[in-house]
Amino acid sequence: MALDFAKGITEFRWHGRGGQGVVTSNQMLGKAALAEGRYIQAFPEFGPERTGAPVRAFLRISKDPIQIYAQVYHPDIVVCIDPTLLDVVNPTEGLKEDGVLVLNTTMSPQEVRDKFDFRTGKVVTVDASKIAMDILGRPFYNMPTMAAAVKATGIVKLETVIQTVLDRYPGKIGELNKAAMERASEEAQVG
Amino acid sequence: MTTVERIPAEKMKIEGLTGDAAIAHALKQADVDVLAAYPITPQTIIVEDFEKFYANGEVKTKVIPVESEHSAMSACVGASATGARVATATASAGLALMWEILYCAASMRMPIVLTVANRALSAPINIHNDWSDSYGARDSGFIQLYCQNSQEAYDTTLMAFKLAEDHRVLLPVMVCIDGFILSHNVERVEMLPDDAVKKFLGVREPVQPLDPKNPITMGPLALTDYYFEFKEQQDRAIHAAPEVFKEVEEAFKKMTGRSYGMVEDYKTEDAEIIILTHSTPAGTAKVVADTLREQGEKVGVLRLKMFRPFPVKEVVEKVKHAKAVIVFEKCLSFGATCNPLALELRAALYNLDERPMVTDFVIGLGGRDVPPTTIVEGYNKTKEYLAKGEAPLYETLGVRK
Amino acid sequence: MNEKFNEIPMAGNIIKPGNALEYKTGGWRAERPVHNDETCLWIKNGTCGLCWIFCPDDAIRLIEKDGKYSYEYDYDYCKGCGICANQCPTSSIKMESE
Repeated sequence: MALDFAKGITEFRWHGRGGQGVVTSNQMLGKAALAEGRYIQAFPEFGPERTGAPVRAFLRISKDPIQIYAQVYHPDIVVCIDPTLLDVVNPTEGLKEDGVLVLNTTMSPQEVRDKFDFRTGKVVTVDASKIAMDILGRPFYNMPTMAAAVKATGIVKLETVIQTVLDRYPGKIGELNKAAMERASEEAQVG
Repeated sequence: MTTVERIPAEKMKIEGLTGDAAIAHALKQADVDVLAAYPITPQTIIVEDFEKFYANGEVKTKVIPVESEHSAMSACVGASATGARVATATASAGLALMWEILYCAASMRMPIVLTVANRALSAPINIHNDWSDSYGARDSGFIQLYCQNSQEAYDTTLMAFKLAEDHRVLLPVMVCIDGFILSHNVERVEMLPDDAVKKFLGVREPVQPLDPKNPITMGPLALTDYYFEFKEQQDRAIHAAPEVFKEVEEAFKKMTGRSYGMVEDYKTEDAEIIILTHSTPAGTAKVVADTLREQGEKVGVLRLKMFRPFPVKEVVEKVKHAKAVIVFEKCLSFGATCNPLALELRAALYNLDERPMVTDFVIGLGGRDVPPTTIVEGYNKTKEYLAKGEAPLYETLGVRK
Repeated sequence: MNEKFNEIPMAGNIIKPGNALEYKTGGWRAERPVHNDETCLWIKNGTCGLCWIFCPDDAIRLIEKDGKYSYEYDYDYCKGCGICANQCPTSSIKMESE
């Protein structure tokens, strides 16, 4: 990483499985940043999409127009919404030293640090699976995990991203997601 | 030209839109009379979104869900012949299937707007981005405009109608965006109010429409005695496009403050090495230029927006002082001297007494990511070739070899 | 046919409908149809009319006036193709050299 091609840009990488809404939550966070007056790029890594297959999505946020068009290789923040993926992919790959790792897991931040030998930056954990099952009754981990990422990074206000979700899903689904996000924001552990 | 006025910021609508969605919104606001299209990845969102507008009663367009792209373009030609404002969208194999009718659309002087989400051609099947599809159609007689971001995709789609329908031009326009990299990338897009677009574009005024009250014959037979004269007409029409494009952009700029030019000049003035490319790699190249300049390198970027007609004068003017021009292009022209963009550049430079060295790098085929490091690699290689005084006609970059 | 590119309609459009009338194809004719009234069914009883149906140039006119049947050829457009002679069921039309 001799040259920095993403100056002034906050870069996210998301991990999830096809069908878990990783593309949607990536877009929701991007649109929240847009609502707060910033420029964004929110795009998935496309492949032959199959439910359950590991998928990635990328987000760039900047106060200036973004010119770079490439995948994110050195993210500032990595968000993984599926705990079972942690044995399949290495979420810290390419993550900046002072980066933020946000995981849906029952592990504590310290356990995560030990598992991935990630000693710098910030680790945020939240049991989004339990929150989703408790509140939504279905395994939609994406929004609560996103709420934890928002809390840890302060990239946007939680209210903004909740409003973006409510706009996208008016009615009951939106309200339940709002409740899940609020709870995830409270329960997220930073360490 | 229509008189337009600056639209105040509070009247603009800002939304996060993918490149495809931005195009769909532009087509909606352009008040297209007929849209005949067949969905194909990665253009799908354009047609899906437009069909949604149609189903919700937001457009009065006649939407024709045809059975193939050949039929899509045929229906467009028929509709355009009646004087309607017509658009369609396609990519890759879909564009290939339109081939025969692309030439009819251009030769019959139908101002159709064809939006393309650039995608590789088979085989093997690949749904991702490169420019083989629309580069292949570069001699079809279509005007070709390439966009870097979603905002530009929206703006260009609107301007395309005004360019196509101008009586000095009367030619179809291809508006191209990079498949997935832009077509599925959510960006900030500022949209004009409907009435401003309506005022800007007006209603199409056909020159010789099909009309039962005044019957004419279109696309008849012309053999050795007349065919050549019609091609002469067509050739002159496409060369009228730059002048009209400038006027259209000027009017659009008055309204929005935005314009792009046939080429976008980025720090080329004092540059010793200039990168020539378009679409999304041009954005990345600009970032690379900024970064390399911090290291003391004198590098600039010329982003081509209009590939057909090729803006020879503008390109030559901007690059002639450089030591080298690096072409990055997402297309292999199998068996050619070099590849389409470099061919154009080299031919354009030929008449200069002192020409910059031209290097040609084929990148990103089949959607292979083009990170800044690939651009840097091409830059470093070009510096080596400059030192040596010779360069290969072209080479591939970013492939395992 | 000496018009320059800018003296002809755009894109090959034919902007004057029915202008085929201006092109008299009768000049192509090497053989002309000759009718035998004795055996022609149209003359006899106003039936048949196959020559009129098949003529590609609308160059045969079958006429009925005051209960009498007659015909005429329009030699401005009859190009002597011989389709009428070929179709005639009573061989009442023969092609003869001009």
